[in-house]
Parts: sequence; structure tokens; C-alpha cells
Amino acid sequence: MVQITRFRGCFYLLRELYTRNSLRSSKAGMREKSRFVNANGSFESVFNVAGAGNINRVAISLKRMLTVELTGAEILVRSLKEEGVTHLFGYPGGAVLHIYDALYQQEDVKHILVRHEQAATHAADGYARSTGKAGVALVTSGPGATNAVTGIATAYMDSIPMVVITGQVFTSMIGNDAFQEVDSIGITRPCVKHNFLVKDVADLAETIKKAFYIATTGRPGPVVIDIPKDVTANKAEFNYPKTVSMRSYNPVVKGHIGQIKRAVAMMLSARRPIFYTGGGVVLGRGAAELTALAQQLNYPVTNTLMGLGAYPASDRQFLGMLGMHGTYEANMTMHHCDVLIAIGARFDDRVTGNIEKFCPHAKIIHVDIDPSSISKNVKVDVPIVGSVPDVLQEMIALIKGGNKKPDEDAIGEWWDQIAEWRSADCLKYDEESGKVKPQQVVESLYRATHGDAYVCSDVGQHQMWAAQYYKFDKPYRWINSGGLGTMGFGLPAAMGAQLAHPDATVACVTGEGSIQMCIQELSTCLQYGLPIKIIALNNRYLGMVRQWQEFFYDGRYAMSYMEALPDFVKLAESYGHVGMRIDNPADVDGAMEEAMKLKNRLVFMDFVTDQEENVYPMIPAGAGLNEMILV
Amino acid sequence: MRHVISILMENEAGALSRVAGLFSARGYNIESLTVAPTEDASLSRMTIVTRGSEEIIEQITKQLNKLIDVVKLVDLSEDEHIEREMALIKVRAIGEAREEYKRLADIFNGRIIDVTETTYTIELTDSGDRIVEFLAAINADEIIETVRSGVSGIARGEKSLHP
Repeated sequence: MVQITRFRGCFYLLRELYTRNSLRSSKAGMREKSRFVNANGSFESVFNVAGAGNINRVAISLKRMLTVELTGAEILVRSLKEEGVTHLFGYPGGAVLHIYDALYQQEDVKHILVRHEQAATHAADGYARSTGKAGVALVTSGPGATNAVTGIATAYMDSIPMVVITGQVFTSMIGNDAFQEVDSIGITRPCVKHNFLVKDVADLAETIKKAFYIATTGRPGPVVIDIPKDVTANKAEFNYPKTVSMRSYNPVVKGHIGQIKRAVAMMLSARRPIFYTGGGVVLGRGAAELTALAQQLNYPVTNTLMGLGAYPASDRQFLGMLGMHGTYEANMTMHHCDVLIAIGARFDDRVTGNIEKFCPHAKIIHVDIDPSSISKNVKVDVPIVGSVPDVLQEMIALIKGGNKKPDEDAIGEWWDQIAEWRSADCLKYDEESGKVKPQQVVESLYRATHGDAYVCSDVGQHQMWAAQYYKFDKPYRWINSGGLGTMGFGLPAAMGAQLAHPDATVACVTGEGSIQMCIQELSTCLQYGLPIKIIALNNRYLGMVRQWQEFFYDGRYAMSYMEALPDFVKLAESYGHVGMRIDNPADVDGAMEEAMKLKNRLVFMDFVTDQEENVYPMIPAGAGLNEMILV
Repeated sequence: MRHVISILMENEAGALSRVAGLFSARGYNIESLTVAPTEDASLSRMTIVTRGSEEIIEQITKQLNKLIDVVKLVDLSEDEHIEREMALIKVRAIGEAREEYKRLADIFNGRIIDVTETTYTIELTDSGDRIVEFLAAINADEIIETVRSGVSGIARGEKSLHP
């Protein structure tokens, strides 16, 4: 007896076959065992087919006749659905027309039409950073792919899980300099975790499965799938694999227990410890474990720019961000510590300052999922390769179960010293200047959103002010291009975050320089009714460039001044949004509250700020963490 | 320090460029690189000769391991291993020089694989150092062209690299 199962919509076809020919002539008996309507609204039936002789052959030919073959485009869309993809950010073009046709005929995967492919990748990125799930973008061949590259590189530098589908010219045309052909695999190779060119439609579903698996596991990152147009037209049976295993890719999860024990012993013997934690804690979903471990020990915590939100910023043990524009207390605590516990951080040059002068008294423990991050820039004493929550849970259990406790007297003295550094009040600014201060605007945003907004930022001075003055208590709330430093990231990233969290407040803190790099997305925001609050800190300068020119080029402001700015209020209005201009410090809070009340509207708030305000504190290039400029 | 890194990788289009791209993007240097399929057609074996401090070599092996197509790798120079390279050397061979090159080829265990009235082509398979010595023994003006395969390496004894 052969059981034939799960043939979609095949009941009538089967009955037809049975009455007409092959099954009857083979003397096979066929009995319908069960029948049901599946999720797609079509019949699925289970038949028992019994009989003598060539029954297997009958079953096979039946299967062949009844198996539904899908086009590559349909397979792609169905695979995305299987992966739980709800939003797809993209822009159509010749090479992806079949895919768009397949998208048109279903409603599970919602396509968001951006206005430039760079924004498609940034929006997918913002979606990923605000949810922890993979973001997905779809672009056409040639310029579609090259425009997407900035967004792919941005995600790569910050280890963001993303799957980018690029259309490609016909397989037969590849290499012929066809219209809109570019070597997408070659161009993206240095800025992806992995990429695939799919040449056979039969490989498509498995490749998509692998792409999501690679993008979201281990140290996450973007994966590109390049699909020639003929592959999206060709047909194959659709079987989405439940799991995938690859002999060449097996990310580590559990940390080495011996190393974890050594680390715990070192942590408990510390007299001047600090937790230095990065984006890996957010990406690895280890924020709760970090908070528990740090509070169990009563040790101070500093976060990198990428790690903000991994430890509640309003907590007493939090010292603020560290590094070039970090707080005085965070950098001094780093410099003088005797045990440095680095978790999911990569000792970036913006964090370490001069590497020769970095943490001269410290023994270093480093937990990271990526072995190549360990001892890359700074040699560490106890390396632990593993996933952050797994390793931290082990640590918490070992400390709880052991006899040794932290040296309370030493830690008390350490906190006294930190309090002294804190009293420098390094983030104070002139509140009586009569000008709108950028710091004041971020603080006002923090109050108006009760510290609970998704804050997306562009790149420059405003990014540092947002990081310094908005106190992030939760992970996934702070969304910025930390590694690549991509201007134009903020607004499209905010679109991704807003679509992922339709009821949340999403703010885009930007400058008049950055916002103009993806300003066209105001149109996308109108189309999808995205009520983003744009907080533009408009100082009529490319502020960070100007600051460096002031400090290091004797104030020669080469090309850092913008003489022909648009009227942002009218610009916002022309896109159907609300525009506001605020140039009086007394109006900041009122305007902010008014904007937040406009729940369903995008509000472009053009804050005319103090033109020459600088980001302080600052570590000049080549200096150590203890050599900060305070004001 | 000179290191010989042996890599087992998926035999897929683009795998070689991922390795070569990694070296150029991160500023590592490649002294030689050889690659060909193994007895298992789904795998390629690559031998890379590179130079760098211990820290650099550690980064190179970690970064190579991170490539999705890399199945396994070993730094052969950490242990006893054998290196072989093949060279094809075409020399001007006229008059007395013909005898001289024949003797020289014998001394170096080389073979003359092509003979014309005016040229010899000598095949030599040995360590890179021996090939350099051989080339040094020939008058540079007499060399018409040289082709070297780059180093292939394998560990001595029971040790092996397999998936």
C-alpha cells in the first residue's frame, strides 16, 4: 500500500484520473482517507492507494502529474513567507519583474516601495535593529544593486542580520556586459557575511534557507542572493527545508567552561573592575543577563556606541558611553581599571584611543561569538568564544554557587573614586546662551517620549549628542550607523523601525547635512503613513567636519558650510507632512510636546541650533582614554 | 615569519576570490597560492604561503576560518610537513651549454622534457629553496622563461586535513 499525501487541490484531479484511466486499469484500489482545506484555501487529501503489480509506478506517475511546480519568483515569495518575513523593502526593475508579479498576487509579504535602493537596505537594517529579526530588501540588477551596496556595507560593519535579494540578467547573458548588468557578487563580496549566485531554480529554496541561517546565526551579518531573471521564470517543485546544516559553517554557542571559570575567578579578585560592553550584547540578546551579572557584582558598566541600551542607562551603575566622545567617568574608569570585562565589543579605534596607552593596568577578559574579534586590536588574557547570554548565564550560576564574593571594601573605594570623576559633570552645557542648544533638544526629546522611543540617528555631531543625552534603558531602541558612519541612514532606518513597531514613537535625530542624503524618503513615509518624528539639529554646518576643522585645521572651514539649504518646513509640507521651525530655546519643550501629540503625522522639526557648538568631552586622535578635553 | 597554510574549501565558483579578496582587503601578503580539486570533487585544497608576525598569522587563520566556504584549515608550518613546487625552465641550449644543462638537471633531479636545436625545457619538482638554487646556478641571460607552480604542502605522517 502506498500512501499519497498532501497534494494541493488535487481531489478532483485524482478522481478524474481514477475514473478515466490509469488507476482503474492497474486494478489499484484508492480510498480517500481524509480531506481538509489547507491554509491556502485549497484541498489537501490523503489517499491510500492499494493494489497489486505496478502500484508504485502508478503512485509515482500520479505524484508527477499532481505535483505543483512553481516559478522561481513564486518560490522566492513562498520562501520569504516560510521565513516569517512580513515586510520587504525594495524597488522594481527589469530583472526582478517576475518577482514583483509574484508579490502582486499574494498578501502575506508586504512590499514597501522606497525611493532609492540605498533606503531599501537601510530600512531593512532599521527593521532588523529594532526587532532582532533579519531585515529583507529586494533590488534590481545593475544600478539597483550598486545603490544597495552602501546599505549592505553599513549592516556588515555593525553585524546586522539582513538578506538582500538582487536581480541579475539572464544566466546566458552574465559576463556579456548586458543592459543593467553588474557583478553583484563581486561588488558585494567584501561587505557581506556571504553571498550566493543562484543559477538553477532547483537550488533556490535551499539557498534562501541558507541565507537566513547564515545572516541570523553566529556573528550576524548581511547575505546577498543574486538571482538571474531566467531563474525566477523557470519552474521547480517547492519544498522549503525545515532545517539546514553546512559542514563549513557551525557557529559556536557554548563558551569553554574552563575559560569561564578562569574569567569568574579573575572577576571576583578584581579591586577596580569595569564591564565594557558592545553591540554584541544587543545582537546576541544578552541584555537581561548583562544587567543581572553586573548587579550581582555591583560593578560599573560602560557601553559602546553600538551597545547602548544593553544596560539601563538610568541605573546608578551605568557610567555612560565610552570612547572618543564618551563620558569622563567612563573613560577614566576604563583607564584605571585592574580587570576589564569586555563583552560583545571589538576594541574599535574610536573606543580605545591610542592603543599603546589603553588600560595599562588591566587584565582583560573578552567574551565574543567571533573568534577573529578576540586579540585583533588588543591582546587579551582570558578569551571566551561563545554566545553572550550563554556565557553570562554560566558566569551568574558560578558566582551564585561559589563561596568567593567580590571584595566589598575595594569595590566601595572604587565607587568613591568613580563618584569623584562623575562630579566633573562632563555633559554640562551652557543653558543660558539664548540659543537653541542641540543637547537641550535631545534632552527634551527624552522627556517628551519618556525615554521609550526608537531613536534612529544619522551621522555626525547630532549622533553623538543623541547617544550622550538620550538615556536608553532598553536594547533595540538606539539605531545608528556606528561602524561605517553612513550619512543618510537615519530616515530610512526609522521607516523600518516604524513599520516594525507601528504604535511606537520613532524619532529620527539628524542634521541638515545627513537628512539631505536620503530626503527623498519623505515620499515613502507619506505613502505608508509613517508618523516618524524628525528632529533635525540644523546648525548650517557639517558640524563634525567643522569641529575637526576648528580643532585641527586652524578654523579653515573647507566645504563644511551649506549656503543653500531648503526651507525644511515647506519641504515637509510639500510631501504632505507637518513642518515646524524652532529657533528659540524657550519653545523647544512646547514644540516637542505638540509634535508628539500628532500621533498619525510625520513631523519635521527643524531646530535652528547654536552654530558652533562642539561635541564634548573629546579624546583627540593619538591620546589615551585619560587625556580627554572636557570643554 | 613564513607560514604555509593549507585550506580545505567548498569547490564552488567564487571560493578562490573570497580568499584572494580577504588577503587584499586586509592587507595580508600572499607569497604563493595554489588550488585544485581533491579526490572528493566537492572540495578544493589550497596552499597559501604568507608572511607575518604571530599576531597577523593568527588573524589570517581566524579570518579564513570565518569565510563560509572554508571547511577546515591548518597552518602546516606549526608542525613537520613537506613542501613541493614544480618549475618549468626554458633555457637557451647551444653548443657546450647543452651538456652543462644536462648535468645540472641531473644534479638537481630535474628532467629535460622538451628539446629543440636551440632550447631545453627543464622540469624540476622540489622545495622552493632548491628551485631558487637551481635558477641561481644558471646564467640569467640564458633563461628564456620560467614558470613556477607555487608551493603545495602536506603534513608528515598520520596527520591529515579532512572535513
